[in-house]
Amino acid sequence: MADKLKNWKNIPIGGKITKAGNAAEYNTGSWRTFKPEKNEKKCINCLFCWIYCPDSSIKVEDGKMVGFDYEHCKGCGICASVCPVKCIDMKKEEK
Amino acid sequence: MSKVKKTPLTGDQAVAYAMKQIDPDVVAAYPITPQTEIVMSFSNYVANGQVSTEIIPVESEHSAMSACVGSAAAGARTMTATSANGLALMWEIVYIAASTRLPIVMPVVNRALSGPINIHCDHSDTMGARDSGWIQIYCENAQEVYENTILAVRIAEHKKILLPVMVCQDGFITSHGVEGVELFDDKKVKDFVGEYKIDDPLLDVDHPVTYGPLDLQDYYFEHKRQQSEAMKNALSVIPEVSEEFAKVFGTKYDFIEEYKLADAEIAIIAMSSAAGTVKFVVDELRKKGVKAGLLRPRIFRPFPKEKIAAALKNVKAVAVLDRSESFSAEGGPLYTDVKAGLYDSGVKPLAMNYIFGLGGRDLFPADINKVYTDLRDVLKTGKVKTALNYLGSRE
Repeated sequence: MADKLKNWKNIPIGGKITKAGNAAEYNTGSWRTFKPEKNEKKCINCLFCWIYCPDSSIKVEDGKMVGFDYEHCKGCGICASVCPVKCIDMKKEEK
Repeated sequence: MSKVKKTPLTGDQAVAYAMKQIDPDVVAAYPITPQTEIVMSFSNYVANGQVSTEIIPVESEHSAMSACVGSAAAGARTMTATSANGLALMWEIVYIAASTRLPIVMPVVNRALSGPINIHCDHSDTMGARDSGWIQIYCENAQEVYENTILAVRIAEHKKILLPVMVCQDGFITSHGVEGVELFDDKKVKDFVGEYKIDDPLLDVDHPVTYGPLDLQDYYFEHKRQQSEAMKNALSVIPEVSEEFAKVFGTKYDFIEEYKLADAEIAIIAMSSAAGTVKFVVDELRKKGVKAGLLRPRIFRPFPKEKIAAALKNVKAVAVLDRSESFSAEGGPLYTDVKAGLYDSGVKPLAMNYIFGLGGRDLFPADINKVYTDLRDVLKTGKVKTALNYLGSRE
């Protein structure tokens, strides 16, 4: 990630953010220490994980939980904690 | 010399008059002695409809500077004024104003910072803020306060700078003493300051921007790096703006003022009103054939080390007068900066420090004479006996 960061000459002064709605461009996934992984067989698609995820990082299609947005998931583990069937494991991130 | 019309004004009234001519969009301020008369006089102009300024009476200086930050970011030319404990209460937002790169102009009437509580002049208030990222101008008299308030607007708002500016004057000595001040034509001032335009004003709702977001390990350092650069830019931009000022109004301001320094063997370095007393003593000594001079730094941030080194190149012994103590056990802030500034220059006069005037303690010609006598001793013996001295304290 460090190589994508701009130098002081190429950013707006004073810490201003000059474009609206760009929070999605901030890749918070790099903060992660533990990574959520889903056991497809156990998942009952209750979507508790989707409701509780503080970073909107649970992907849902057609009413089904289909995976994680690893670009933004910080690895907080709330999804694993609230899952009623314990189908989400938090695994140490391999760097 | 042609006769110029002078108006009797206190330093505070001179600032208020400059503010009237600048006609800022917003002034947010809270009263504190000895600054109160600035905003009090300016409020009269507002009440009389002589300016179009929106004045925001706030509940504290912390709020005053906060309102100024919001207003300047919104796209309004913004001013405030304060002293001592008021500046201290602003502290958090003083740094935020500089790091958000908002060109607020703040006249500061120097007063001793408590404690013990004291309302009279010294520089402990603004000297504490010397690392806050504000440009600091120190004025000798009411005329200079008036002119520098106008000049400060253009310095602050210059695209290569965009930093807030403190215009400092000595509490009571300058702020409440009445002097004849030559005032400029309203239109000339108006044309000189021009219109306030910043990039990305908050009120431009078609182009929404965020001011003051969280800035962590990845970018905080780069934003501080930009601030360093802006302060360095100020060293080259201030002479350009001053040149333009001189063309319009006649006064040529440099980073430093040299008084009978060219052939001086011994010199005093002093800022603000104390310089007036030093000049008087220099004149007396010159009559007796003593090669004494004065160097008065006008701008303390950015620190004009090259100008100072060049001015001191033939001086053999120098005494730096500090109207504040920095409690470093190494002398006052002006002294340590002068010494650090000379380190690489090859200019190395014998140097001493005199802390003086704390809490408004008067500085008399006899005190200055004592310093020059000490300097002559140093010159004779080639040795500094005591580097750190307390001038006017009962030892």
